[in-house]
Amino acid sequence: MMPAKPLSYYRDKYIRNQPSAFCVGCGNGTILNCFTRAVDDLEIPPEKILCVSGIGCSAWIPSPNFNGDTLHTTHGRALAFATGAKAFNSDLTTVVFTGDGDGAGIGGNHLIHAARRNIDITTILVNNLSYAMTGGQIAPTTHRGERTVTSPYGNPENPFDMTRLAAAAGATYVARWTTWHVLELTRSIKEALQHPGFAFIEVLSQCPIQQRRMFGMQDPIHRLPNRILEMFEESTYIRKRPEPMGYRYAVPKEFPDKAFEKINEALRRYEASTRIVDHMELGRVVKIEAEEDEDVWGALANLEAVERISGPLEGKIELGLFVKEERPEFTDTLRRIIRDSGGR
Amino acid sequence: MLRPGRHLLLGNEACAEGAIRAGCRFFAGYPITPANEISHRMAAELPRVGGYFLQMEDEIASIAAVIGASWAGAKAMTATSGPGYSLMQENIGYAHMTETPCVVVNVQRSGPSTGQATLPSQQDIYQAKYGAHGDYEVLALSPWSVQEMFDLTLRAFNLAEKFRTPVMLMTDGLIGHIKEKIVIPEEVETTERRKPAGEACTPFGTDDPCLVPEMPRFGDGYKLLVTGSAHRPTGVRDYTPMYHQMKVNRIREKIMIAIDEVSDVVKTELDDAEVVVISFGASARPSYGAVKKARKDGIKAGLFRLRTLWPFPEKLVSDLVDDAKTVLVVEMNVGKLAKEVERVACGRSKVASVAKIGGVLPTVEEIYGSIRRFA
Repeated sequence: MMPAKPLSYYRDKYIRNQPSAFCVGCGNGTILNCFTRAVDDLEIPPEKILCVSGIGCSAWIPSPNFNGDTLHTTHGRALAFATGAKAFNSDLTTVVFTGDGDGAGIGGNHLIHAARRNIDITTILVNNLSYAMTGGQIAPTTHRGERTVTSPYGNPENPFDMTRLAAAAGATYVARWTTWHVLELTRSIKEALQHPGFAFIEVLSQCPIQQRRMFGMQDPIHRLPNRILEMFEESTYIRKRPEPMGYRYAVPKEFPDKAFEKINEALRRYEASTRIVDHMELGRVVKIEAEEDEDVWGALANLEAVERISGPLEGKIELGLFVKEERPEFTDTLRRIIRDSGGR
Repeated sequence: MLRPGRHLLLGNEACAEGAIRAGCRFFAGYPITPANEISHRMAAELPRVGGYFLQMEDEIASIAAVIGASWAGAKAMTATSGPGYSLMQENIGYAHMTETPCVVVNVQRSGPSTGQATLPSQQDIYQAKYGAHGDYEVLALSPWSVQEMFDLTLRAFNLAEKFRTPVMLMTDGLIGHIKEKIVIPEEVETTERRKPAGEACTPFGTDDPCLVPEMPRFGDGYKLLVTGSAHRPTGVRDYTPMYHQMKVNRIREKIMIAIDEVSDVVKTELDDAEVVVISFGASARPSYGAVKKARKDGIKAGLFRLRTLWPFPEKLVSDLVDDAKTVLVVEMNVGKLAKEVERVACGRSKVASVAKIGGVLPTVEEIYGSIRRFA
């Protein structure tokens, strides 16, 4: 195993000497960190990397931070700009950073067509579930019912599942991780950079500033990053990895603290551990871990303070590798057309 | 790519031939009438000279791909018509802000909206100048024949590369769709963008009096910061008033200090003209006929034809109005260039307008009638 490199190594080699523009606790720094580690592990010279981005917080991950070529473009269009650059010079390792507003909203059309073409571009879509830079408006990824500045009565729309959308559109490498899963994300970025085709990674990321309202979190801001990251861990499972099933979530009727108290009372005779956790789909809930399944759940059946008991995977987001396949790559085909027509 | 010599070509085909001869090796477009034949020919011919043709998902993506390819080192072009041109405006603004050489062809059709999709117009000439938000100066050319579709496309590339700016070829559905004889020369003069001489480069600032900075390309190790946000000469995003003023003033001035060089007008029978017809593109064709007819009838008429629409050749037009009794502006819109002429004339001569919409050319008779009225 290689010795761990200090953070300063990555900073000096890959990051321009700029003050960070990210808010405290933002997930962007983590993603930039994972990206530089992936690039470093693969020994790709930064001057051969072109990072293209659009508009929004995600766009600032590479620009001006990454110490290679960067093209900071218009809202939603990064993939279209990148397509032109990559087609003309296929030696450029081309990476697009986009967000959920940028990539799923205004730029959704370019995303599905880049996937369809299977052009050799790695796309990292940072999903913070909102238009964060402009003030936390609903995005095409915001869950139904969430309250934001443009959905003060609850989001009336349904969200896109960007990972499934990219897979359906023809992306030949598709994965989803969160900023909690930094090792998996780094490994995934490495695979994506090596993949000869359109590679798409969705990264669920924390935005303490805007998600605070969305998730109704009352804590002071400095506690939120950890709380949201733990919520990501709680609200996700990794596909094809065995998931422990000996737990349930109790959704409180009103106050989690009250439900917690009543559940502890009801379970006094059982061997069970309980704690209050944040869950993206269920809200603030009581997590109950127990060996003797049925008796425990039976004891909770008619508790006044509990709305219902939810199964372990209910409402959870699936992470991991979704697609990895080979299909003809677009710029390869363009070059073949040139060769066949006698152009070179 | 056609051999040098005489050919019978469609205007749009001549445009594609001019582009390839200029060194264009990247084209991205989206189907739209009446610009399609440019794409068709580029799709067939570009690969044969080692170039790339991409049909994108819309016009926004087309201009975006062109700008991306330009930064990767390509001479690049897109072609469209009214609706597509509207969609491209935001990224044309991006090309201005990032000083990206590229050529945008607008084979104008009659609008607004879908309008008369197959019929020509000159309604987008203000859009060429003011279409994107913010302040900038645009270079826009206007061909009146198939030969000029070739010549001015070539010139558009040379200007784009020289001034590091998007150049608009404002043609129309009539010129794009007529077939005429053209002569393709043995040799053409092409301009290449100024690349950095050394290892250091400030891609968005220069001490050179031409005000056009050197342009590196991706992959050459310059670690470029290209952004549509206001930026320092190095490319670093910076919103301070000074940097914004520096940037916007320079990208305007680099065009305006070269106005004599970029202005391109053709004068016919102007020496003693009392009625001066000003026109451009397709509408200059019947204007020419009307002037010739008027001369035959002893009326002192002349034609001042703009091949460079923007920047507007103010000095040349100003000299003109001093000597003319009436200036008659002939165009296929509601009288847009006439406003510009009025502004320059500033009351020194009468400015009249033959403004034709409906997707049809003004006729020789109509223009001749106006010349007579003002003679």
